[in-house]
Amino acid sequence: MEIAFYLAAAVAVIATVFAITNTNPVHALLYLIASLLAVAMVFFSIGAPFAGALEVIVYAGAIMVLFVFVVMMLNLGQAAVDQERRWLTPKAWLGPGILCGVLMIEMIRVLSPTLNGGIGGSVIDAKMVGIALFGPYLLVVELASMLLLAALVAAFHMGRHD
Amino acid sequence: MTTTEIATTAVATVPLEHALILSGILFSLGLLGILVRRNILFVLMSIEVMMNAAAVAFVASGSRWGQADGQVMFILILTLAAAEASVGLALVLQLYRRFQTLDTDAASEMKG
Repeated sequence: MEIAFYLAAAVAVIATVFAITNTNPVHALLYLIASLLAVAMVFFSIGAPFAGALEVIVYAGAIMVLFVFVVMMLNLGQAAVDQERRWLTPKAWLGPGILCGVLMIEMIRVLSPTLNGGIGGSVIDAKMVGIALFGPYLLVVELASMLLLAALVAAFHMGRHD
Repeated sequence: MTTTEIATTAVATVPLEHALILSGILFSLGLLGILVRRNILFVLMSIEVMMNAAAVAFVASGSRWGQADGQVMFILILTLAAAEASVGLALVLQLYRRFQTLDTDAASEMKG
């Protein structure tokens, strides 16, 4: 199972790099879906099958399909791809790339010597998550439902023609 | 042998730092995407990548101590991502309808 974790992690990082560098929105979305599926594999390999299933169903299945629908509604053509290509010059990548690289190296150095413990030794199944979710976290579930209702009303209000 | 023992023997362990490093790399890539891209669609996608990285950190940490709290936080992040995506994509549609472009700089002037 270790090899599954490292392979899925490599796929996730490579697919994310392609997703943020691609000029075509649909291709970038497909790379992002590949990245999310790889992260779901990471969840399965570290013993969180419920999180992995939710990642596939909700993230890759619902949220990304919403993105695909919006890209289809916008009906972007070759002009949008050409404009992206004009914007994405190597000079535009240089400054943010250096900043994010420094941040990444710092995070890796901070994380590396600490808490040595293995993950994935035990499986946390959906039953344990459900007991925690509807026991001590019940108020948070109610707040999440309020958030979803607010998002529904806001999306309906802003999405309609005026 | 109970089912948990079978699961323990079947699943080998990965160091926690490696999962957190994966989370850090994904977060940095999402931040890079936000800083570089001007198309608002790609900015929203980069935000999704960053939230996904935070979710990886939560699930890995919850798995390290054998608690379900990490996955509870993952479900809440999922809820937040769904709400953010729906509102953000509605804003994308409005931006495209008013300015005929997805450039974020097109909406830089605040006027009623």
